[in-house]
Amino acid sequence: MTLLRGRGYASVNYPTGMNLGGDPSQALIHATTMGAFVISLSSVDLGQGLKTVVAQCAAETLGMPMENVIVDTADTDTGPHCMGTFASRGTHRVGNAVIMAAREARDVMLAVAADELEVDAGDLETDGTGFVRLKGSPETKIHIADITLAAHFKQGRTISGRGIFLKERNYPVPETGEMDPDSCQAHACTVAEVEVDDETGVVTVLSLHNAYEIGRALNPAMAAQQVEGGGWMGVSHAVFESTEPYYPASRDHGPVDFCEYLMPGPAEIPVQSSVILERPASNGPFGAKGIGEMTANAPIPAIANAIFDACGVRLTTMPFTPESVLRGLDALRA
Amino acid sequence: MKIVNLKVNGVGRTFIARPETTLLLALREQLGLTGAKRGCAQGACGSCTVLLDGQPVVSCLVPAVTVDGSDVATVEGLADGRKLSDVQQAFLDGFATQCGFCTPGMIMSAEALLDRNPNPTRDEVNEAISGNVCRCTGYEPIVSAILDAAERRRAGANL
Repeated sequence: MTLLRGRGYASVNYPTGMNLGGDPSQALIHATTMGAFVISLSSVDLGQGLKTVVAQCAAETLGMPMENVIVDTADTDTGPHCMGTFASRGTHRVGNAVIMAAREARDVMLAVAADELEVDAGDLETDGTGFVRLKGSPETKIHIADITLAAHFKQGRTISGRGIFLKERNYPVPETGEMDPDSCQAHACTVAEVEVDDETGVVTVLSLHNAYEIGRALNPAMAAQQVEGGGWMGVSHAVFESTEPYYPASRDHGPVDFCEYLMPGPAEIPVQSSVILERPASNGPFGAKGIGEMTANAPIPAIANAIFDACGVRLTTMPFTPESVLRGLDALRA
Repeated sequence: MKIVNLKVNGVGRTFIARPETTLLLALREQLGLTGAKRGCAQGACGSCTVLLDGQPVVSCLVPAVTVDGSDVATVEGLADGRKLSDVQQAFLDGFATQCGFCTPGMIMSAEALLDRNPNPTRDEVNEAISGNVCRCTGYEPIVSAILDAAERRRAGANL
């Protein structure tokens, strides 16, 4: 038995959003009487952190603390339109829509504050802690709770805003095939190190080293975790997960639940190191691109290349099972 | 139908259980404790993990009528008011959560480990949470947070 070590890399560029009948998302924002801003969306946060990043986008645009922002992703029957959570589009599409809505709400907020302070709205600024104040005269200020009370009970106004991001449908140029199907592309490269047991065919992924160019990391901790959590899933796709041998023809023998569906546990994780590079996208919210789905992509071909480097077996079908490695080794020896 | 008495997070609770009522269902539907999650409902994902007389169990596989008189600890009972337990604080500080669905089960498995082994190795942490599936984080932040919590608890014990 010999443990063969190998190293391989793969890179990926990944589109943000899609190009079917156009790709829109909308957002509405309004201030409550207590001075909170409610963002209404139909976009779904299924754990990826969309509510956090759009709250950041709104807080930054409004100039208000994060604590003053409430994200309500209630109901696709009653909320503003969203195409959905897919195509790594949420941060980009919904973030842009929220920024547009927050800008409109900010303008009204400053106008109401200007009336209360008897100054010009153009001379006002936010301080990030909940106050609107006069530039150059920070003692002339009013808190958002007083602004919304004045708007609702004295001035008779709503502090609200509407936002939409629409990527219009784009058609290919018939002569060249050239088209503009997405808004921007994120890029990544992963270097994988593996160990292949030439007797059992078992592949162990030792390490993943990831570099991601993602426009702007709106939330660096969440971006780093998406990269490494996705890296884990890439390892899982590469050497563990399969609905083989009979799916979809028959469900009689394949895995039907977590007891039979093989996934790596905490003892089978590789060491990971990750670097995030920021080159803001001109059309992204504060420069961000989407990195949802792509994080599971680069590890898989990187692992396949590392297996080839380790033992000369070129595998092209996932997962890279012990059986496929041993058959490959047999073919090389034949 | 049977009347079941439990001590849940230190408080006596009484409810009526049908023979097929699981401990998980009783906690969530009858006692209003929704921290333990119903994932696979067959004992394979660990998201429903609670402590039964100090031992971690997958509560989806425990018929409630069989544990009459037991002590049950759920994630809701860990914090002291607004002060999180050391394991919860370590999970928060180490960002050992993403979607959060596995988190209550992970934390209860970690609590059980640290109760019986205050100085676990990384391998022992891996083994302790091997029945808890996480699809978001890649496990590394979770393992690190549990080791961090163990260190905090030992430091606290030495004060």
